[in-house]
Amino acid sequence: MTALVEVKNLKKYFETPRGMLHAVDDVSFSIERGKTMGIVGESGCGKSTLGRVIIHLLDSTDGQIFFEGKDITHANPRQLRKLRENMKIIFQDPYSSLNPRLTVEETIKEPLIISKKYSAKAANDEAERLMNMVGIDQRLRLAYPHELDGGRRQRVGIARALALNPKFIVCDEPVSALDVSIQAQVLNLLQDLQDQFELTYMFVTHDLSVVRHISDDICVMYLGKLVETCESKELFKHPLHPYTQALISAVPTIDIHHKKERVILEGEITSPINPKPGCRFKKRCTYHTTQCNEPQHLEEVLPRHFVACCRVREINHI
Amino acid sequence: MSNNATSFLEVKDLVVEYTSEGSVIHAVNGVSFALERGKTFGLVGETGAGKTSIAKAILRILPDPPAKIRNGQILLDGIDLLTLEEKDMRKIRGRRVSMIFQDPMTALNPIMKVGKQIAEVIKLHNKISNKQAEAEAGKMLELVGIPAERFNEYPHQFSGGMKQRVIIAMALACNPELLLADEPTTALDVTIQAQVLEMINKLKRDLNTSMIMISHNLGVVAEICDDLAVIYAGEVVELGSKETIFDRAAHPYTVGLFSAVPTLDEEKERLVPIIGLPPDPSNLPAGCHFHPRCPWADEACERESIPLREIAPGHFCRCIKVSAQEN
Repeated sequence: MTALVEVKNLKKYFETPRGMLHAVDDVSFSIERGKTMGIVGESGCGKSTLGRVIIHLLDSTDGQIFFEGKDITHANPRQLRKLRENMKIIFQDPYSSLNPRLTVEETIKEPLIISKKYSAKAANDEAERLMNMVGIDQRLRLAYPHELDGGRRQRVGIARALALNPKFIVCDEPVSALDVSIQAQVLNLLQDLQDQFELTYMFVTHDLSVVRHISDDICVMYLGKLVETCESKELFKHPLHPYTQALISAVPTIDIHHKKERVILEGEITSPINPKPGCRFKKRCTYHTTQCNEPQHLEEVLPRHFVACCRVREINHI
Repeated sequence: MSNNATSFLEVKDLVVEYTSEGSVIHAVNGVSFALERGKTFGLVGETGAGKTSIAKAILRILPDPPAKIRNGQILLDGIDLLTLEEKDMRKIRGRRVSMIFQDPMTALNPIMKVGKQIAEVIKLHNKISNKQAEAEAGKMLELVGIPAERFNEYPHQFSGGMKQRVIIAMALACNPELLLADEPTTALDVTIQAQVLEMINKLKRDLNTSMIMISHNLGVVAEICDDLAVIYAGEVVELGSKETIFDRAAHPYTVGLFSAVPTLDEEKERLVPIIGLPPDPSNLPAGCHFHPRCPWADEACERESIPLREIAPGHFCRCIKVSAQEN
């Protein structure tokens, strides 16, 4: 099975007055067609930047991006236009990601009209079909975003992303701004659409419970680095990187009878500006030694389970 | 439970309304609960359920207009806060009762040194010199794990987790008897959230502070509360000990919340969402406010308002279908 999306040694640096900010630093992974890759990490780890670089909303600094086997890293504007029909994004905040001056129908129709593939009549029909698909009532066709609640706005964002039948969608914290009862509705919708159209998702979130629920595979990021990647089930059964272990143990559980062992991390996340070579987690890591000052590389520690930590075998008795 | 003589705080039949463009928003509709000294009480519910309005009513910091406390009593050690003069209320705020606000990014004064902001609270409630107040503020910073050397820094020099700890230090500065925590960890990353929850638990043990914890996160509530009330459309729909609610949730809304969230504890192929949307608080459905979204509802649920009943010792539920469901 070939990967639909693949990135190799991808880097994205931002220039800041204080130096180079390494938002995404040497990240490689691939996503198979029809699967969901979860990207998880805390604020500032580069997970959203990664999504944006892949779909070319931001230019990469270095590395390669492949889509359906083709290198699209340096796609020209004409190629990009074509590519963007296949690669879409759903944003976190449905309150600010929709144009307040466009109605629901206009919002959904806009990409159809830009593509020049639809006549005015056909675009109307297609918008109607998309609205039905994501469960927005036709009577809201002429409503403006401010008239809709968060859940419905997010459905509009999803309908717009589905226009032109994309193959790949970056979902950037699509349910984080929603209440739990609405969150479940939107997650179910995303799963149904995936089954129906064989969509491939890259699901970016800080919420471990959500990422575990929706993903086939997961990448854990810390300060621009990919620190652990494997199947979703495997990650939650055998987290191997000390950061992943701390992250999973930090999630408050609703199981009130089994208190879990918790790793409380000391200290704050260090700055991603001009980071030193070596493990970026070491300041907060209980296992750190001088070995950790060397650059860390992803290694296949267990079958299809990759970890970037020089002491991973020792710590986990592998 | 609500008439327990040992109650430290008792909220009785609280009603809060907002008036907006001629319509009345029913934010809190007859909420009653009690909190014992040294315990933590959770208020759980979704956006707009009225949780924050309840906390602000206790401190009497609701903006009036548009908000009005229409009815109820808030008894702190037997004294009704709602009948106090504003000048007496001022002595209680920050001193006996204080609040941790949700958003650490906006709750601090951006142009005032963090240490000074804490010292200000101490100075206001104690007859001490500036110097003593600042020394005390330095100690509070240390207490929440921030080195006292950072006294002279400004909020923008702190990360989100550290700002939230400054706010906690400020809330604890006068050693309050009651702490109102409004989603204190919602804006934080999980590893930082774990640190802050750990710290709150430790401070509660050390200082025997009573606390009301407002959260929409069932995991956070499980971690920190002794008792809790589930709030829907400004009403308590279920109330009991943490064990009761987490093991034997009875109200269809509570049950719905548990099945709607993905968790790390169990695998769910598919989430079971609660259908529909929360009601418009200016136009609440007749009868049970939850009936339009409830899988168990029938005509009886629409007829009249439903009382909160004790379905088991200490376990209260506002649903006429519940005893039938439990059998």
